[in-house]
Amino acid sequence: MAYGDYTVMNALDFTVKRGEIKVLMGGSGCGKSTLLKHLIGLEQARRGQIFYDDALFDPTAETMERVRRRFGILFQSGALWSSMSVEENIALPLEEYTDLGAKEIREIVDFKLSLVGLSGFGHRYPSELSGGMRKRAGLARAIALDPEVLFFDEPSAGLDPLSSLRLDELILQLRDALGATVVVVTHELASIFAIADSALFLDAETKTALCDGNPRQLVDDPAVDPKVRHFLNRGAEPGMDVNG
Amino acid sequence: MMANGEDKRAGMDILREAAELTLVLCGDWLLRNDRPEFQQLEAALIAEPGVAVIAFDVSNLGEWDTALLIFVRRCRDLAQAHGVPCVLDGLPEGVRNMMRLSLAVPRQEPVADAAAPDVFTQVGDQVLRTYRGLDNYCIFLGQLLLALRALLTGRAQLRMKDFLFLLQSTGARAVPIVCLLSFLTGLIIAFIGVIQLQKFGADIYVADLVGVAMTRELGAVMAGVIMAGRTGAAFAAQIGSMQVNEEVDALSCFGISPMQFLVLPRVVALVLMMPLLCVCADLVSILGGMVVAVSISDVSVVQYFNQVENAVGLNDFFGGIFKSAVFGVIIALAGCYRGLNCGKDATAVGLAATSAVVTAITWMVVADAVFAVSFHILGI
Repeated sequence: MAYGDYTVMNALDFTVKRGEIKVLMGGSGCGKSTLLKHLIGLEQARRGQIFYDDALFDPTAETMERVRRRFGILFQSGALWSSMSVEENIALPLEEYTDLGAKEIREIVDFKLSLVGLSGFGHRYPSELSGGMRKRAGLARAIALDPEVLFFDEPSAGLDPLSSLRLDELILQLRDALGATVVVVTHELASIFAIADSALFLDAETKTALCDGNPRQLVDDPAVDPKVRHFLNRGAEPGMDVNG
Repeated sequence: MMANGEDKRAGMDILREAAELTLVLCGDWLLRNDRPEFQQLEAALIAEPGVAVIAFDVSNLGEWDTALLIFVRRCRDLAQAHGVPCVLDGLPEGVRNMMRLSLAVPRQEPVADAAAPDVFTQVGDQVLRTYRGLDNYCIFLGQLLLALRALLTGRAQLRMKDFLFLLQSTGARAVPIVCLLSFLTGLIIAFIGVIQLQKFGADIYVADLVGVAMTRELGAVMAGVIMAGRTGAAFAAQIGSMQVNEEVDALSCFGISPMQFLVLPRVVALVLMMPLLCVCADLVSILGGMVVAVSISDVSVVQYFNQVENAVGLNDFFGGIFKSAVFGVIIALAGCYRGLNCGKDATAVGLAATSAVVTAITWMVVADAVFAVSFHILGI
């Protein structure tokens, strides 16, 4: 992955299993969000390939739109369409891609809003919501179509601890109840330990992934790169040279 | 639970056993499938009095998604409306958990819209809004004058690098489009003029027509309209985006005046560049006129320029340049004012840019009318 002449990451090789919650973690600026953009086809890798269900994922292909419909994406800032109310934001994908009637769409919108704790806020416009509420509304939009694969970019950033906890629980429920596969970009340790089945640690220095595994096991595993343990222990790893 | 393979038709049976009403759900409850009418349950509740509890049997339930969740929620709401408990225990664990999450935060009841105000209130509101708008505009102009004083006394907080960049973007980079459109304007005026003047054998006066029209009036107006669309809108969008991203607030918090840092350099840059663009527009449009005059009439290049020299006085030329400087002030003020008063989202930035162009062009036309009358009275 590269922007112009600047290489962001290279030699990445990892798998996300169906129904798994995969966390992409690492320090700020290491390329987590860039990797996510490549996974959803907003950026194209200079070299390498991405496969979904053994089918090559080609962002330039005409079938791309159909593949993307299986995705639900929560952007870092919520990315709500500012000219539409919250309920219109959530209803739009339902109107575009389903044959549901207006009443049923309204019910689904209400339900999705209730899942993210925003019941009764549907008539408001994004500019009338706080940053955390915008993010939750963005999440409601992301899950509007019951997507098979959910991508979350820093979902907990800007949320209060209770909302963050609730969001973690919702991610777990979406996986357990709807069987969704979830890819989360985050560096919130509490969230990583609460939800991740596996975590890929990206390192800005070596520009590649240092390890891929269950974070609850990685945290104490002496075989794991010290940088990863240092990260997962919030810098409290004994005997670790911070400057690496 | 995700759907795979061929879907089974969703179905619902309603069983009454003593005081318990059991909803037996079967098949795949998916949004893409047809599902049983909810009215069945409503009818059953009315037809079967004495129901003490509503329960679910999902032993034959297949795949499900949000379709089942909203159905369960409807059932729960209906049961609540009839004062009957709805027991979710029989539902899959995933459904129960999702229902629990959806009910965890109480609904925020929307505030009822106030009754529409009567016509007098509406007129009053509009008058007050207009008054506040004028008030804000006066405050804005006052702040700009203070910023100008700070500039003249060498105390203004503006960065020379930004100012030079603005000079380049409002000046040099606008030259190609101003030249192109002015050339075409000169060409059109000359073409219409030659066709009419040839009827009287007065082809040579096309030089007077193009020269006087462009230097006195159209050069400044053309440059103004182009710059309103190009630069006025850009000012509004730039400053508006800064408002949305709280960059303007950040400037204020550091004690840096947005008026001095953002507005002043834009106004000064445009006031300095507009006369130059106007000169470009004048010269290029006269050239455009020449191309037509020489090619479709008997006028030679030398005759054309001699005629222009005789027809266009310095008062015409400098009058146009003076107007263009005033148009520069109008365009910059409209762009910066709309940008600073922009809302907090992307739509507001678009509105600010549109509003800046409309405001600038409107006020330019008003100013041009005032100039026309004033120049006539002063004999310019």
